[in-house]
Amino acid sequence: MNARPFSLFSFLISAALALGLVLLVVSRPRGQGTATPLTLLAREGRRTMSVGVINDQEFVALDDLAAVFQLAVHEDSLGAITVAYKGRTVVLTPDQAIASVSGRLISLPAPPSRAGRRWMVPVEFISRALAPIYDVRLDLRKPSHLLVVGNLRVPRVSIRHEPLTNAVRLTLDATPRTASTVVQDSERLRVTFDADALDVTIPAFQPQGLVQAVRSVDPVTLAVELGPRFAAFRTSTQSLDTTTRLVLDLVATQTQTPSPAPATSPPAAVPSEAPIFGRPASAIRTIAIDPGHGGEDEGAKGAGGTTEKNVTLAVARRVKAAVEGQLGIRVLLTRDEDRRVPIDERPAVANNNKADLFISLHASASPKSATSGASIYVAAFTDTDQARVALAPERVPTFGGGSRDIEFVLWDLAQIRHIDQSAELARLLEQQFDDRVPLGARPFDRAPLRVLESANMPAVLIEMGYLTNADEEKRLASSNFQNAFVQAVLDAVLKFRDYLGAATGGTR
Amino acid sequence: MTPRRVLATAAITAAAAGLVWLFFVGLPPWYGGSGTGRRAEAPPAGSTAPAPLGRKIKARLFYIAEDGINLTSVERDVTYGEGTVEQAKEIINAQIAPPTEPLVSAVPPGTTLRALFVTEQGEAYVDLSRDVAAAHLGGSLNELLTIYTFVEALTANLPAVSAVQVLVDGMEVDTLAGHVDLRRPLVRKVQ
Repeated sequence: MNARPFSLFSFLISAALALGLVLLVVSRPRGQGTATPLTLLAREGRRTMSVGVINDQEFVALDDLAAVFQLAVHEDSLGAITVAYKGRTVVLTPDQAIASVSGRLISLPAPPSRAGRRWMVPVEFISRALAPIYDVRLDLRKPSHLLVVGNLRVPRVSIRHEPLTNAVRLTLDATPRTASTVVQDSERLRVTFDADALDVTIPAFQPQGLVQAVRSVDPVTLAVELGPRFAAFRTSTQSLDTTTRLVLDLVATQTQTPSPAPATSPPAAVPSEAPIFGRPASAIRTIAIDPGHGGEDEGAKGAGGTTEKNVTLAVARRVKAAVEGQLGIRVLLTRDEDRRVPIDERPAVANNNKADLFISLHASASPKSATSGASIYVAAFTDTDQARVALAPERVPTFGGGSRDIEFVLWDLAQIRHIDQSAELARLLEQQFDDRVPLGARPFDRAPLRVLESANMPAVLIEMGYLTNADEEKRLASSNFQNAFVQAVLDAVLKFRDYLGAATGGTR
Repeated sequence: MTPRRVLATAAITAAAAGLVWLFFVGLPPWYGGSGTGRRAEAPPAGSTAPAPLGRKIKARLFYIAEDGINLTSVERDVTYGEGTVEQAKEIINAQIAPPTEPLVSAVPPGTTLRALFVTEQGEAYVDLSRDVAAAHLGGSLNELLTIYTFVEALTANLPAVSAVQVLVDGMEVDTLAGHVDLRRPLVRKVQ
């Protein structure tokens, strides 16, 4: 930790990753940073290197560089300074703002300068002279006072905020393109980047009703501290050339509107590109995700050893993180570990928790290894089943005379009355899979699938692909595919919510 | 037609009928009695009917179609069985026998028929060895194809059978591989 009067520079060292990586995040308020030390980020860890200022130019000591990068520095009788690394050399001449790098001349913003007994070189020496002869990539980020050593993913993240009517928009640009997830965690939104560390500049905030502050909470996570007026948020992501832009709109609770005539004022508080997430009036509050099989029941198995039970659990966990984080909808998993769950217990979990949707995840198998592609199933019932439900009484006599309506559910056939909505959900999933999840020859079908029959809510079973097909086995296990699949499911859920909203008053 | 031609036609027809009777009804008990032939043609275990030897019926058996997602039928000679139950057993035994290439069966290899009975309502109960579940590859569609192989094989060939329920090791099971509801007999075409 390091703080100075006019420039606060704080470094957070991360916990090591499984590989033993030590990761860093750097954040600081805007300001002048002329004498801010340079921070070196490497897989092995972090260290700082002091920086001096001479005539408004930032310099580092050549012997500091020599110590860190194992350079041999030699000053000859004519005054030339030779910096050698594994047989490659840089030759500097005092009073000249140029250097010879392996025989090629490069320019420097200032000549080397002697400070006492040490030679100082402009920081640009690192990127222009040292980087070309060094074995590992050296990425000097002068404005951030960072030197990234090696192939670490340290995206630059810039944050802008702008007030909108009854909302605040935060725009987070990550360069190069970096994926991120947003999860609401009680009083804060956690934005986690898929990176090793962040090169982030957090602007000064006026704490107000929607956003209190933005801070770094770990090397790759920023937290948006929410204010008392926060009601909901929505996210959208755009890819712009080399940048991923995450737009976070934070919507305030409705202030008392004196005007009862809404027609005169535009109702949209936020320019609408995406639906507002997390509204309490959502028709979908809880989704049950059922990772198929588990425990000694491995389900289908690929030649490469990929098991259905593991793929379904991995995807289910991703769906949970994405739906909860991005849509603010609660997600229940029928199992969150590798254990056997009896088949009837799965829809029971959904029924007992009054889930609004039930999605069972599976991976398929076939004796024909060429068979491939995803399929979406809804339950199928026979005429006999339909008749049983039709015969179930809905009006029963009451004590003391008369009769009253009751909800009478034949639990093994509870799905019957949701079957049309289930088919609509399947249709939307198929539509969203389109170019993201390869579909099978019959992408939609009705079948007497037991796990769906007693679900008392719209329910589908998704066979994500065939583990007995070598290409699909690899694809199903890949995080690229799993993420694309999850995003398609998420988009279908949004469309389905719109459909339920439009159908005013579904069955629940 | 002259009366003489009518007489000739009648005579030829009668002779043909006699020959048919001779080959299919009259003679079989005679050559059926000689040891070797009978062993070779003996119905598989589980079938107790003394089927007339060598008598075959044409039956449609079901295998996974080229597209991998449907069943396709192939006409085969299947040993004749006396009555619906015996004939159903013969059909199932022919169906679960490993097919010749390029046919691919949706029934796991090693599956055997333990018992079979048919109710008055036309519901056939097919009791299979546990291999049908234990050796199953899994997958919703594959499981549907396995179950419907039995449903189709019996309903397509035997008018007296309208629905089929699969049992495993003599017992009703939830599913074969975690997908298809086996609590009720399944009819040929599900809505």
